Amino acid sequence: MEKNINVTLKIWRQAGPKVKGEFEIYKLDNVSTDSSFLEMLDMLNEKLIHARKEPIAFDHDCREGICGMCSLYINGHPHGLDGETTTCQLHMRRFHDGQTITIEPWRSAAFPVIKDLMVDRGAYDKIIQAGGYVSVNTGGIPDGNAIPISKLAADEAMDAASCIGCGACAAACKNGSAMLFVAAKVSQLALLPQGKIEAAARAKAMVAKMDELGFGNCTNTQACEAECPKGISISHIARLNREFLSAKFKD
Amino acid sequence: MWLIDSSIGRKLIMSITGVFLVLFLLFHSCMNIVVIISPEGYNAICAFLGANWYAVAGTAVLAGGFIVHILYALYLTYQNMRARGNVRYAVSKNQKVVDWSSQNMLVLGTIVFGFLALHLYNFWFKMQFVELSGIHTGGSFEPGQGAEFVKQLFSNPIYCVVYIVWLAALWFHLTHGVWSALQTVGLNNKTWLPRVKVISNIISTIVILMFMAIPVYYLIGC
Repeated sequence: MEKNINVTLKIWRQAGPKVKGEFEIYKLDNVSTDSSFLEMLDMLNEKLIHARKEPIAFDHDCREGICGMCSLYINGHPHGLDGETTTCQLHMRRFHDGQTITIEPWRSAAFPVIKDLMVDRGAYDKIIQAGGYVSVNTGGIPDGNAIPISKLAADEAMDAASCIGCGACAAACKNGSAMLFVAAKVSQLALLPQGKIEAAARAKAMVAKMDELGFGNCTNTQACEAECPKGISISHIARLNREFLSAKFKD
Repeated sequence: MWLIDSSIGRKLIMSITGVFLVLFLLFHSCMNIVVIISPEGYNAICAFLGANWYAVAGTAVLAGGFIVHILYALYLTYQNMRARGNVRYAVSKNQKVVDWSSQNMLVLGTIVFGFLALHLYNFWFKMQFVELSGIHTGGSFEPGQGAEFVKQLFSNPIYCVVYIVWLAALWFHLTHGVWSALQTVGLNNKTWLPRVKVISNIISTIVILMFMAIPVYYLIGC
């Protein structure tokens, strides 16, 4: 049933990367429970603009959970409390009338705040650039069953490939570790014939980049898996560890 | 050196030293349980291990394992705190699957270490150390009298309770540590993750029950 609720928003405001930020409290009335979380923030921004105040900067793009652009740490969880959804898939029906909602940016040394709720997730792009690709053109789609791939490997690779690189794993991790992201990107290629050839070099290059960028050391708390909007499993981290360690022992 | 420079290398050291220490605990607890079954047998073990060169070399390797495990733990935790950034979340909650112990390994490790110091003072200092140095301090025992010595210490109920608390902290540390070590060396996948966790719980429970049986045995005054 649609109804309107009034909420109090406690939002992190920070004018720029070097400026000290702080929380500001906003009251927003008559929010439809059918509206999405980001639509609610749009409403707030309209209100701020009409009052000639600076609107809140936050990242968003496709608003259908596939681009990985939206972020936000909502009431203690990246992408909100719901499992396997992104912030743009979160709806106001999950909140009750009079609730205070705390919204923070991702907090990780490798993801510096650009403005308000926006962080620079370029670190993930740099990790991809270090080796998250196949370096030669492997041609078009091969004939079916020309290269046999087990169902298990195909499924695992597809699961890993569903990672949208939003950064929720590093944001949720108490160690600020990007292992789930790197593991997904290494796994999706290492499991398939085109990517297998460079698997060892890729694992070494991407892990080296990850360490260089100041991400932390994984301690297997599983917070990343629990908060991942795509439900990526930590079994991929075990695969990354295997790939990395066997590559290092071969050297 | 990739064992220091790379995050997975550092974790490998943590997991290998951790597994080594768990194996030591299994060995240690198997010997200790003998004190309940047969005090004469326990005395024989104490006399046999005593301070011969194999036991001393073993102790040195063991101490090395502890030191490496602790130093790496401090280094990793320091790096992880830096990676988290300067500003902390105002509101932060965990999902149910996240074990409390997995987030508090350093705290649990510190508790374990604190009691370990007491334990070394209680037993090692008065048994192997005395035999090594030849310095007989007050209350020291001959190695062949191990069972009487254990009985004397645990005749104080405060020591029984202190040891039980210590072992409880160690249980929490091990339940996360064992499966985490296997995950770090890559011995895990979707099918094995729940199994590895069960194995981890079984190993830690066996070790801790064997240890805990001793203070409990003396506490209830058998």
